[in-house]
Amino acid sequence: MLKIFKYIFFDLVRSRWTYAYFLFYLALGFVMLFLSNDVSKAIITLMNVIVVLTPLVGTIFGVMHYYNSREFTELLLAQPMKRSTIFIGQYIGLSLSLALSLLLGLGIPFLFYGLLRSSAIWDFGSLLVAGAFLTFIFVALAYIIAISNENRIKGFGYAILMWLGLAIIYDGLFLISLLVFDDYPLDKFALIATMFNPIDLSRILILLKLDISALFGYTGATFKMFLGTSLGMVISLLVLCMWVVIPTWLIYRIARKRDF
Amino acid sequence: MRKSIILTILLSLVGSSYLDAKTIEVCKTCAVSSIAEGIALASKNDVVLVKEGVYAEHDIDISKPITLRGEGNSVIDAENKGYGLLLFSDSITIEKMTVTNIGNSYTKDFAAIYVSKIKYFTIQNCTLTNVFFGMLIEKSHYGVIRHNDISSDAIEESSSGNGIHLWSCSNLQVDHNELQKLRDGIYLEFVSESKIEYNLSHHNIRYGLHFMFSNDDEYHYNQFYSNGAGVAVMFSKRLAMTHNRFSENWGSASYGLLLKEIYDAEIEYNTLERNTIGINAEGATRVNYKHNYFLNNGWALKVSGACYANDFSENNFINNSFDVSYDSKVNDNKFDHNYWSTYTGYDLDKNGVGDIPFRPVKLFSYIVNRTPETILLLRSLFMELLNFSEKVSPVFTPDNLLDNHPSIKKFE
Amino acid sequence: MIEITSLNKKFGKMEVLKDLDLSIMKGGIFAVLGPNGSGKTTLIKSVLGIVVPNSGEIKIDGKSILGQFDYRNNVNYLPQIANFPTNLSVKELLTMIKDIRGKNAADERLIKLFGIQEYLDKKLGHLSGGTKQKVNIVLAFMFDSELIILDEPTSGLDPLSMIHLKELIAEEKAKGKTILITSHIISFVEAVADQIVFLLDGKIYFKGTLADLLTQTKQADLEHSIAHILEGTYA
Repeated sequence: MLKIFKYIFFDLVRSRWTYAYFLFYLALGFVMLFLSNDVSKAIITLMNVIVVLTPLVGTIFGVMHYYNSREFTELLLAQPMKRSTIFIGQYIGLSLSLALSLLLGLGIPFLFYGLLRSSAIWDFGSLLVAGAFLTFIFVALAYIIAISNENRIKGFGYAILMWLGLAIIYDGLFLISLLVFDDYPLDKFALIATMFNPIDLSRILILLKLDISALFGYTGATFKMFLGTSLGMVISLLVLCMWVVIPTWLIYRIARKRDF
Repeated sequence: MRKSIILTILLSLVGSSYLDAKTIEVCKTCAVSSIAEGIALASKNDVVLVKEGVYAEHDIDISKPITLRGEGNSVIDAENKGYGLLLFSDSITIEKMTVTNIGNSYTKDFAAIYVSKIKYFTIQNCTLTNVFFGMLIEKSHYGVIRHNDISSDAIEESSSGNGIHLWSCSNLQVDHNELQKLRDGIYLEFVSESKIEYNLSHHNIRYGLHFMFSNDDEYHYNQFYSNGAGVAVMFSKRLAMTHNRFSENWGSASYGLLLKEIYDAEIEYNTLERNTIGINAEGATRVNYKHNYFLNNGWALKVSGACYANDFSENNFINNSFDVSYDSKVNDNKFDHNYWSTYTGYDLDKNGVGDIPFRPVKLFSYIVNRTPETILLLRSLFMELLNFSEKVSPVFTPDNLLDNHPSIKKFE
Repeated sequence: MIEITSLNKKFGKMEVLKDLDLSIMKGGIFAVLGPNGSGKTTLIKSVLGIVVPNSGEIKIDGKSILGQFDYRNNVNYLPQIANFPTNLSVKELLTMIKDIRGKNAADERLIKLFGIQEYLDKKLGHLSGGTKQKVNIVLAFMFDSELIILDEPTSGLDPLSMIHLKELIAEEKAKGKTILITSHIISFVEAVADQIVFLLDGKIYFKGTLADLLTQTKQADLEHSIAHILEGTYA
C-alpha cells in the first residue's frame, strides 16, 4: 500500500490542480489575515469557505482522479498486489495531497501571522482538522460513487448530487422537519441529524471552538450538556472518524468484487 | 470665588473637629485590646485606631459618630458567629479595616458591615472576605462606599449573599469597589439619586449589578464581566448608564445587560463584548441607545415584549452572530445611523452613509426565536441562502425595521 | 499451463462468457480472436484477475487463481490503452512497477531497443501516444515471467518498433514462455501466432493452429476464414 500511495502522492503533488488548490488557499489565507486584520472574523470566513469548498473539491477531484486513472488502475491490478492495497493506496494518496494543499495553503499565512498571537491557534487548528476530515470523507464518498458507476457522466452527476445533498438539501430538510415538528422535543433529534451529515458535523465542531459555542447552550440543557462540554468535541471527532472509516471500508468491499 | 470660600469653611470645620478629637489605639498588647472596648471608650468625633492583628469579635455596635480606622492588616474575624460591624449612628467612617468569616444563615442576613437608618457615613479601603453579605445598607442616605474589596466563594444562589446590598436608600456614592464571587455584586432596591461608578464586578454567580425599583440613578465606568447572567436592570425609571463595560457573560441564559420594564433611560458609550446576548430588552420604553459598542456577541440586541419609542443610533455592531432579534412583526423603534459590520451595501456618493438601507433582523434570527434547535444550522450554506433571499424580499421580518442610514465606517 | 473450466461472466444482463472451457499448454503463442464484444478482453482479464467471473474455475499450473494475487508475479500484462499518471517521469513509473514486483528487470535493454532513453526524465503526460505505447511495452516485457498477456500490442506503434516487438515476442517464445495475444491486425496474428483461439458469443468457436483453421473453413488466408465464420453464423 505504501508503495502505491507513495507514487500516487508524488504524481498528485506535482499536478497543477493541486498547485492551483494550494495557491487558492494560500491567497485566501493571506487576504483574510492581512486585509481584515481580525483573526476571529478571518476564521469564521475561512470556516464558511472550508465547509463548502473542501467537500466540493474532494468530490470533484475524487471522481476525476478515479476516471482518469482507470487504465493505470488496470495496469496496477495486473501486478501481484491485493486489490484493496491499490484502491486504498490511491485513495489515501489523493486525499492526503488535497489535505496537504489545505494545511499548507492556510498554514503558511497563519505561521506568518499567528505565531506571535497564539490565542487563535486552537480555533485555527480545529478549522484545519475539520477541513482535512472533510477532504478524506468526500474523496472516499466520491470514490465509492465512481467505482460503482462505469459511466463517467453518470458518476459525475451522482457525485455532484451527493455534494449538493449534503451541503444544502440536507439542511433544508432538517430545517423543515424542525419547524414542522416544533411542538415535540427536538434537541436529541437535531443532534443526531447533525451527526449524519459530515458537513454539519464539521461546522459544529469548528463553531464549538469559537466563542459562539455559548449560543448552542441557549437552546436547552441537552445542547448545553452535549455541545458545551468536551464530550461533544470527543463524540463529534469520533463520528467524523467513523465517516472516514466506513466509506473506506465500503471502497474496500466494492473494489473486491468490481470488474475493470 | 464662592466655591473657594465654601471650601475654606469646610476645611476649617474639619480641622477644628480634629482638634478636640482624640485617638484611641487598640492592639493585642495595649491597654485597650478589643475593638468593642475601644469604641466604648470613644466619644463623638474620636478615632479608634486598630493596630495590625486578628480580632475575634462580632456584632461590634457603633452608635456614635466616630472613625474606625485600621492599619492595613487589621482583621475582624467574626468566626461565622454573626455580623461584623453594625453602624447605627450618622457620620461614621470606617477605613482600612478587614472583616472576614461572616457565616451563612437562612434566617438572618448576616453582613460584614451592616448599616441601618443613618446619614453621612463613609466606608472606604476596607476588605471584606469570605462574607455572606458584604455590606447590607438599609434606609440610609448620603453615604460614600469607596475603594473596597468584597469577595466570597459563592456556589449557589440560595446560600449566598450580595456584595453591596442597598435597600431603600438615596444619595449614595458607590465607586471604585471590586466585587467578586458573590451572589449579586451590587444590589439596589428602592434606591434613588445614587451614583455607581468605576466598580469592578466579576465572577458573581447571579448578576454583576442588580437594579430593582430604583429611579433617577446613574452608573458609569463600571466593568462587569464573567458574571452568571450579566447585569439586570428592572422596573426602574430615569436612569443613565454610560461608559460601562459588559463582557464575557457566556451562558445559556446570559446577557450583558437585561432591561425589564424600564422607562426613560440613556444608555451611551457602553461596550458589550462577548456576551450570549448583548442587551436583552424586555419592555423598555423611551430608551436612547447611542454610541454603544456591540462586539462579538451571540445576539447583540434582543428585543421582546412591549418596547416602544427606543432610539438606536450611532452604535457599532461588529461581528455578532446575530445583530438584532425581534419577536414581533410591528416595529415602533428607530434604528438609524448605526455601523453594522455585516452591511454589504455601497456608498456611491461618498457621504459616509450607505446608499441602501440595512435590515438588522435576519430570517435565521427569526427562525431561531421560533425553534431554538435550529441554531445548529448557524452559518450553514443553506441558512446563508435563506438569509439572502429574505434580504431581497422580506416576508417574515418587520418591513419597517430598517436602518436607512447605515454608516460605512465604524464610530470611534 | 492455463486451465479454464465452465467460466461464466455476466455484465448486468449481458452474458459475455458462457460456460467457457479452454486449456492452454505451456509454451507458444496463442492468438485470441473474435468479433467486437465476443469476450476476448473479458477472458484475458479474467485470467489476470481484473475481472471477477460469476462462476467457473481458472487454474494456472494447477492452482486456482480466483481471489489470489501472488501468481501475477509470474504474469506480464500489456494493457490495450497506455495511460499513466501524468506527473510521474518514465523513470519513476519504471521504478514504481519494479518496486511493486521486487524482481530483477531487464528494463535497460528494452529502453535502448525502443530508443526511449531521452524520454526517461520526461513526465508521462508530455509523451506522445506512440512513445507511451513503447513505455507500455517496456513495462510488459521487462520481467522474466512464464505467462505474457498482450492486449492489442500493436496499436500506435511505428514500423520499426513493430519489428522490435515481433523480435521480442519471438525471443520470449524461444525461452519457452506462454504468450496470449489479442489483436485486430490479421497480418500480425498470421506472422506470430502458433495457435488460434476464436471466440464467438462468449464461447470457444475454434481452437487450433492457423493451418487447421484454414482447412476447416476451406479458405486461403486468415482474413477470409474469419469472414467466413462470421458470415456463416450471422448470415
